[in-house]
Amino acid sequence: MRIIISNQSELPIYAQIREQLKEQILNGQIPEGSTLPSIRQLAKEIGVSVITTTRAYSDLEAEGFIATMQGKGSVVLSKDNSMLQEQYLLRIEEGLTTAIETARVMGMPDHELTGIFQNLLCEKE
Amino acid sequence: MSESMELLEVRKVSKHYKNFSLEDIDFVLPKGYIMGYVGQNGAGKSTTLNLITNLCKCSEGEIYVDGVTCSKDAVRYKECIGYIGEEFYYPDNFTVRSIRGILQNFYSSFSVEKFDGMLREWKLSEKMKVKDFSRGMKVKLMFASVLARDTKLLVLDEATNGLDPVVRLDVLKLLQEYIADGERSVIFSTHILSDLEQIADYIYFIHEGRKILYDSKDEMLENYLLVKGERRALSGQLERELIGIIDNAYGFEAVLPSDRADLLTNAFQFEKPTIDEIVIHYIKQIETERKGHRVL
Repeated sequence: MRIIISNQSELPIYAQIREQLKEQILNGQIPEGSTLPSIRQLAKEIGVSVITTTRAYSDLEAEGFIATMQGKGSVVLSKDNSMLQEQYLLRIEEGLTTAIETARVMGMPDHELTGIFQNLLCEKE
Repeated sequence: MSESMELLEVRKVSKHYKNFSLEDIDFVLPKGYIMGYVGQNGAGKSTTLNLITNLCKCSEGEIYVDGVTCSKDAVRYKECIGYIGEEFYYPDNFTVRSIRGILQNFYSSFSVEKFDGMLREWKLSEKMKVKDFSRGMKVKLMFASVLARDTKLLVLDEATNGLDPVVRLDVLKLLQEYIADGERSVIFSTHILSDLEQIADYIYFIHEGRKILYDSKDEMLENYLLVKGERRALSGQLERELIGIIDNAYGFEAVLPSDRADLLTNAFQFEKPTIDEIVIHYIKQIETERKGHRVL
């Protein structure tokens, strides 16, 4: 787990923490079932207020990434829960939308774009 | 033991002096959190903290620490509190050893082991006289004196003034460790908030003895934008919403409630403010309004 707080960032600190944890949960660097450090531990470690880390965790909880249980701490949920599935879908759509918009800007016909997509899929296999 | 979630309750407290009044200060600090008490010199910060430590008595209102008032149980109330001020409060010719002896007699919960442990960690020799201490060493000695006791509330009055950045960072860590178990709290006053802003959970901002803002730090930071731009680009509506416009020869700077961000055009630059910037512009706003009234 890695958290880097930037004072130059547009995002408030709680959102920086939330986004970085989200990223690492989605790409598997923080595996499902693992326990995150407690709100107070994390605040102490990165030198931010307890309210800030509390907000980051409650956002992650609301979005279905983690569940906080009394006495057990905050656990990363499995990727097949519906809220997380939605998050994944959202990310896929975002990525594809960017690709489509870029293609439109340069006037690329749709069949060429799908061609690129097919090729990339093959390469990944 | 009290079951309350609040460690410190300041209820409608006022204090009247001949030339200064602290009016209607009212807040709570829950267990396990840190509050920054901010304002200019002379705003009433030390007065409030002195009321909390019972150095002086409230004219009106009541203060509870861990559920008790000082008049109900003065010993318990005072044993709960650790105080560190800007002034070093030990006489010059005292050695660390003599200070330890005094503290041991004074406070039932004083732990020699904890005290000596901190001295070793911070390399403060017990034979040294405190007059030979640097500012950083003095502050560390005061922290050791207080942290060696079993307290619930730390009251820091400008305690980080004049510390070098390395010692300041040590102090930040100490404060965070102090509240880490969720049972103890810290209230600190400062006029240079950037020192401690990052670890503060709540901010109470006073000016001339009265509350201006009181909120969680995160909320306060989110509620305002720092706006910069050219004066002539200002619409009348935007100008009315801006707080504490400060002009220079080439432009202005002010804060704007975030919910009025719709009034900003791309003629303006905006960014996240610091608490210090919010404070500066609020004070400027109050001064400007006062001048305006005088003219009327």
